[in-house]
Amino acid sequence: MLPTYASPIERLWFWSFRIFCVLILIFLVSPLLVIVPLSFSADTFLLYPIKSFSLRWYEEFFGNGVWLTALKNSFIVAPAATLLATTLGTLAAVGLTSSDFPGKSVLMSVLISPMVVPVVIVGVGAYLFFAPLGLSNSYFALILVHTALGVPFVVITVSATLRGFNANLIRASASLGANPITTYRRIVLPLIAPGVISGALFAFATSFDEVVVTLFLAGPEQTTLPRQMFGGIKENISPAIAAAATVLILFSIALLLTLEWLRGRAEKTRTSAA
Amino acid sequence: MSQTLTENAPLTAADGELLTVKLAREHRNKQLKAVALVAPLAIFLLLTFLVPIFMLLGRSVDNPEVVTHLPATSQLIASWDRRALPSEEVFQAMARDLTAAKEAKTVPEVAKRLNMDISGFRSLIQKTARKMPLELAAGESMRDRFIQMDERWGDPDHWHVIAKNAKSWTPYYLYSSLDLRETKAGTPELAPEEERAFISIFGRTLWISFWVTVFCLLLGYPLAYWLANLPARKSNLLMILVLLPFWTSVLVRVASWIVLLQREGLINSALMNLGIIGEPLQLAFNRVGVYIAMVHILLPFVILPAYSVMKSIPPTYMRAAISLGDHPFAAFWKIYFPQTVAGVAAGALLVFIMCIGYYITPALLGSPEEQMVSYYVAFYTNVTINWGMAAALGSLLLIATMTLYGLYSKLVGANKLSLG
Repeated sequence: MLPTYASPIERLWFWSFRIFCVLILIFLVSPLLVIVPLSFSADTFLLYPIKSFSLRWYEEFFGNGVWLTALKNSFIVAPAATLLATTLGTLAAVGLTSSDFPGKSVLMSVLISPMVVPVVIVGVGAYLFFAPLGLSNSYFALILVHTALGVPFVVITVSATLRGFNANLIRASASLGANPITTYRRIVLPLIAPGVISGALFAFATSFDEVVVTLFLAGPEQTTLPRQMFGGIKENISPAIAAAATVLILFSIALLLTLEWLRGRAEKTRTSAA
Repeated sequence: MSQTLTENAPLTAADGELLTVKLAREHRNKQLKAVALVAPLAIFLLLTFLVPIFMLLGRSVDNPEVVTHLPATSQLIASWDRRALPSEEVFQAMARDLTAAKEAKTVPEVAKRLNMDISGFRSLIQKTARKMPLELAAGESMRDRFIQMDERWGDPDHWHVIAKNAKSWTPYYLYSSLDLRETKAGTPELAPEEERAFISIFGRTLWISFWVTVFCLLLGYPLAYWLANLPARKSNLLMILVLLPFWTSVLVRVASWIVLLQREGLINSALMNLGIIGEPLQLAFNRVGVYIAMVHILLPFVILPAYSVMKSIPPTYMRAAISLGDHPFAAFWKIYFPQTVAGVAAGALLVFIMCIGYYITPALLGSPEEQMVSYYVAFYTNVTINWGMAAALGSLLLIATMTLYGLYSKLVGANKLSLG
C-alpha cells in the first residue's frame, strides 16, 4: 500500500505500475472471455456484435458425428496416456529420489527431454518408426507417444513432492511395526498423492491438448478434439469452434480447480504432519 | 554386557558380519532397487521416443535410391577417375540397371533423387529408361548409343552426380539445410544467392523466439513482482487469471486471437468506433499476430517461476536498504533484482527453447513469412515427401534445442525443474 506521505511522483509510479499489471492480466484472460459469448451466437461468422443468440452451435457440436467422434477419441487417448504416464512416471520418480546411482542426473535429463524436444520432430520420428510396423493410424501408437510427452510432468511433480517428504516417517512407521506395504499404503501414498494427481492432471492436459503428433500419427478414425479444431481453424472458422472452445475452457476450469484444491490439501497435510 | 569394545576391533552387526560390508551391500541393494524402479520408464522412452528420433536423425544422411536401384552402376562407377567419361562397362551396367529398374517400377525414385542435384535429370532418366532394353548394332558401343539418345550422357557432370550418390549416405540434405552445396572435390561451399533459403529461416526462427522471450520478460517480470508482493489472499485470486489461460488448450487461444485480431475483429472495430484509426489494421496472419499469440501462450512460463522465486525473497531486505537511505529504485536494482536473476533467466531460457520448436501458432496465425523451422519439417514430410530434407532440418533444430537444454540443465539442474 502507498503511504500517505508519498510524493506525487511516487503516486504516479505506483498507479501506473498497477494499471500496467492489470492490463497484462486483462491481456491474459481476454481471449478466453471473448470466445465464450460467440458460441451462443446465431450468426455463421465469429464476429461481434452478436445480433441474436441461439444454441445452434452446441447442437452442431453435440449432434455432429465428426465433433462427437473427436471428443470420444480424446477421451480414449488422454485417459489411457495419463494412466500409463502416471504409473511409469511415479515409479521412476520414487527410484530417482530414493537413492543415488551413477548417471542419475543424465538419466533425469533424458526423462524430462520429451518436454523440450520440438513436437514436430517427435511427430515425424514417431511416424517413421510406427508406420513400417503398421501402427500409424492406430490408437495404440498415439497413446504411446502421448504417454511419452506426458511423462516429464509426472516425474517432475512427483519428485518435487518426494523431496519434501520426511523419510523419518517411514522409519517411524517401521519401528512401530508396520510392514513396508502398510507403510507405503498408509503413510507414503497419502502424502505424495497430491503430487501424483497433479502430475496426472498435467499429463492429461498434455495429451488432451496435443495436435502435432496426432497430425502425423492419427488417421481420420483417431481424430482428436484439438486435431478437429486445428482443421476447423485452418479451413473455415465457424462458431462451432467457439462451442468446442467453450467446452474446453469449462474443462480447463475444472482441471485448475482440482489442482488448486489438491495444493491446498497438500499444504494442510504437510503442515499437520510437520 | 558380555562383549567389550576393544580398540581397533572392526565393528560387526548382530549376526557377526562386518558392518562395513553389510552397509555396502545394503547401499548396493538400494541402488539396484532404484534402478529397477526407473528402468520401466527408461525402456519405454527408449522405444517410443528415443529410437524414433534417432531414426529421424539417420534419415538426414540416408541415401538409398541410387545404391539400391542402380546397383551395378554404383559398384563400377566407384573406380571411375572422374575426369573423362566413364568406361563402356559403366554404360553397360547403367543399361542393365535401368532395364531392371523399369521392370521393378523404381525408375521414378532414382529420377527424383538425381533431379535434386541437376534439374532435368528426372526426364533424362525417365526418357532413357523408357527405351530399355537396348539392342546394339554390331560394333556399336553402349556409350555411343547413350550419347546419341541424349547428349547429356556425354556430359561428365551428370556422371559426377551419379558417382556422388552411389554411396548409401550423403551430406547433401544437411548441406542443403544450411544453404551449402557439395563441390566436385567434396567440400562444402555456399549455394548461389537465389538458391539460399534455410539460413534465413533459421535466422527468422531465432529472431522470433528472441523477441517472444523479451516480451515475455518485459510483461512477466513486473506482473510476477506485483503478485508476489500482494497479500496472499489477493495474489492467490489473481494468480487464477494467470493459471486459467495456462491450462486452456492452445488451439482455443489461437482461435480467440483470430477472433480478436482479424480485420473485422473486436480490436479493429473497437479502435474504429473510437475513431483512433480509419482503416482496419492488419493484426492477424502476420508477424504481429504471431508475436501476440506466442507471448500469450508462453507468458505463464516466465510468470510462474519468477513468482515462486520472488515469494522466497524476504521483504525485509528491501526495507532495510531503503531505511539505510537507498532510493526505492536503487534498492530494487541492487538488492531485489540480483536475487531474482537466476530463476527468471531459467524461465526465459525455457521459453526460448519452447519457442524455437513452435509450429501450431505460426501455422495458424502467420503468413508464409512467419513460418519457422518446424513448419518446414512438416512441409517436407507431408507435402513434398522429401524425408531427407525433413530429417536434416529436424536434426539441426534438434541440435539447437538440445544444446540450449544442456545449458539449461547445467544452469538449473533438470531435477530442480518445477511446475507452478
